[in-house]
Amino acid sequence: MSVQAAVDKLKAKFGDTVLETSEFRGETTVVVKKEEIVAVCAFLKGDLGFNFLTDLCGVDYMGQAPRFMVVYQLYNIGTHMRLRIKAPVEESDTTIDTVSGVWATANWLERECWDLMGITFNNHPDLRRILLPEDWEGHPLRKDYPVQGPDREPYQGRVQ
Amino acid sequence: MGVEESLGNNFITTSLDTIVNWSRAGSLWPLTFGLACCAIEMMATGAARFDLDRFGVLFRASPRQADVIIVAGTVTKKMVPVIKTVYEQMPEPRYVIAMGACACSGGIFDTYSTVQGVDEFLPVDVYIPGCPPRPEGLLYGIMKLQEQIKRERNSFGAAIGVGERIAG
Amino acid sequence: MANSETMTINMGPQHPSTHGVLQLVLELDGEIIRKATPHIGFLHRGVEKLSEHRTYHQVLPLTDRLDYLAPMHNNLGYVLAVEKLLGITDEIPERAQVIRVLFAELTRLKSHLVWLACHALDIGAMTVFIYAFREREHIMNIYEKVSGARMTTNYFRVGGLSADLPDGLEQEIREFVNSMPGHIATYEGLLTGNKIWQKRIQGVGVISAEDAIDLGVTGPSLRGSGVDWDLRRDQPYSGYENYDFNVIVEDGCDTWARYVARLKEMHESCKIIHQALDKLKPGPVLADAPKIVLPAKKDTVNTIEGLIHHFKIISEGFKPEVGEVYVGVENPKGEVGFYLVSDGSPRPYRMKIRPASFINLQALPKMCEGSMIADVVAVIGTLDIVLGEIDR
Repeated sequence: MSVQAAVDKLKAKFGDTVLETSEFRGETTVVVKKEEIVAVCAFLKGDLGFNFLTDLCGVDYMGQAPRFMVVYQLYNIGTHMRLRIKAPVEESDTTIDTVSGVWATANWLERECWDLMGITFNNHPDLRRILLPEDWEGHPLRKDYPVQGPDREPYQGRVQ
Repeated sequence: MGVEESLGNNFITTSLDTIVNWSRAGSLWPLTFGLACCAIEMMATGAARFDLDRFGVLFRASPRQADVIIVAGTVTKKMVPVIKTVYEQMPEPRYVIAMGACACSGGIFDTYSTVQGVDEFLPVDVYIPGCPPRPEGLLYGIMKLQEQIKRERNSFGAAIGVGERIAG
Repeated sequence: MANSETMTINMGPQHPSTHGVLQLVLELDGEIIRKATPHIGFLHRGVEKLSEHRTYHQVLPLTDRLDYLAPMHNNLGYVLAVEKLLGITDEIPERAQVIRVLFAELTRLKSHLVWLACHALDIGAMTVFIYAFREREHIMNIYEKVSGARMTTNYFRVGGLSADLPDGLEQEIREFVNSMPGHIATYEGLLTGNKIWQKRIQGVGVISAEDAIDLGVTGPSLRGSGVDWDLRRDQPYSGYENYDFNVIVEDGCDTWARYVARLKEMHESCKIIHQALDKLKPGPVLADAPKIVLPAKKDTVNTIEGLIHHFKIISEGFKPEVGEVYVGVENPKGEVGFYLVSDGSPRPYRMKIRPASFINLQALPKMCEGSMIADVVAVIGTLDIVLGEIDR
C-alpha cells in the first residue's frame, strides 16, 4: 500500500475532518481537525499500520490563524512508509487531546510540547514540565519569547 | 646551641606552609562531575593516553572527598542549585576549574536556559577555554591550579585554626 | 511487624553512573524498585530556539553538541535534511557521500566504544574502560586530521564536506580498522566469559518487542528486542544501499542481547569502512551549487564571483523555498531526525530534533521496575543515553 492509498483511505473514513493534503520533496502531509485527532491516530495505527510515532512537536506560526500546528511524524515499520499529520490549534484555545493512549511514546513528547510551546494536552496522564524547572514562566519556543530570555537585555552587537 | 652538626643527606628544611601546599598540590582530587561534552574530554584525560594519575589527580565520586570541582560543560539555570549544593558539600580548601567555553562564559549557547558562565555563582580559580578544550588544555589548567596552590600563604595556620588562608 | 512503606531515594543529577546529569527518583520496597521516575532537563540549552536565530550554515555547529559522542552522525542528519529542503540531494558528489559514510561508521565505532567503556565501568570492569578509550583516541586522531577538532568536528557541510581527506589518511584509517577486530576480541575476552558480567546483565532490563515499538525505542536497543529495523538498510541515505552489511538482530530482549548486538555492530561498521575505502575515487567533495556552497578560498580571493558568493552566503545565507521536511538517520543510539520548517527566509523557521536518547530513556521505568536497585545502573548503561541529546 502506498502513502497515497493510505491517505485515500483516511479521507474515505473521515471525510471533512481531513482539511488538506500536500506533498513536498516526496513527503506527504495531512492536515486534520484537532477534534478528531485521537480517532484519526487510532485509525492510522490500527488499520493502516502506522505503529511507530517517530516524533511529535508544535510549530508556532505567529501572526497567522490558527497560530499553532501540532505535528505528528508517523512511521510504518513493516512497509517503511512515513506520513506527517498536522492539527491546527487556535491561540484562543491551545488545547488538543492526547494521543498517549495510542502510542506510549507520545507521553514525554507531549510533555515537551507543553513545556516549550504551551499546548495543553487533554487527558494526558502526567502533564508536567519536563525540560525546564517546575517554576518556569512562559514557553520558550513561542515566537514572542526572546531567545535570551525575558530578563536580559538583548545583545546589541559588537559595534557601538 | 642550635644545630651543631650537619643534618646529613636525608633531611630537608622547609616551612610548614610549603609542605602543606606541596602535599595539597600533589594530590588534587577532583569530583567526577560531568555536565556535557567537556566531561567526555575529562574522561579521556583520565584514561590511558593522558593519564591524570601521574599528577596525583584521582577522580572521586563524592564531593566530601574532593578538593576541586571541574565544571565540565554547560551550566543551565535548572542545574545551578545542584552545583551549589555539591560545592557546599566539599571541604575546605576547595577549588573550582571552569572547563570549556560554556562554563567560562556560556559559549555558543546564549539562550534563555543557560547560565552565562559558572563564575556568576562560584569563585572560579582557573578558566580553560575551548569547545571542548583538549586534554592537554585540562592538564595545563590543573598545573596552573597547582602553581596557584603552591603560592598560598598561612595554609598551615589556617589548617590548625590560626588566621585565614591567603590565596596565592 | 511488617512494614509496607516504600522508601524514596534520589539518584543524580550528580552521580558517577548516570552518564551526565540525569536524575532518577526511585521508590524502593527493600531492594526492589517499585517505581522509577526520570527527571531530565538539567542540560537543556535551547538548541531548537537558538537555531531559529541562525542561518542554515550556522546551525551546523550546534548539531555537534547534541550527541557529542557521535557528532559526525548528527551533522549528517542535519545536512541531509537541509539538502532535502533545498532539493539538492542528488547533486552531492560521489566522493563526498562515500566519505560521509566512512565517517558515519567511524563515529558509530567511537560511540559504541564509549558505551562499552562506561557500561563496563559502571558495572565494575575498569580495564575495559581504559582499553576502549585507548582505541577511541585513534579515532580522535583521525577526526583531528580531517577537521582540526577531536570531538566537535563540524566536518560535513550542506552540499558536501568542508575539506577533502589529507594525504595518507586512508592508509591510517585502514590500519586502524584492521586492528579493530582484535581489540573487540580483547573486550570480549574480558567481558563475555566473565561470570560477574554475565550475572549482572543477563535477564536484566527486559523489554518486549511490542513494548519497545510502543515506546518508540530505536537503534540497537530495539534490535536487541528482535525487531529487524535499521534505517541504513530500510531507508538508505548517503548511498548506504551500495554497501554490503548485516543488520544485527538479537532476540534476548535483555541487556545481554543489546551488549552482543552492539559488539557485532562494531564488526559490521568495520566492514562498511573497508568497503567505503575501496570505493573512494578522486573527485570533488562539494556540490556545484554556488549559491549554497561556500567557494574555495582561492576563488574567494581571486575571482569577483567567488567574492560575491562568499559575501552573500556569509552575510545573508541561502534561502530554501517554503516547505517542510523530515529526515531520520540511524545514529549509534537510534533514529535521530531533523524536522525543518522553512518560511523562505535564510533561517529555519522551526527545527525539531527527534532525539533518540530522549525517547529511549522513556523506556527506563518499564525496564527496571520490579528489578533490583543495582540493576538500574546496568539499564542506564544499556540504553546508551547521552544527555546533550536528551535535553538539547
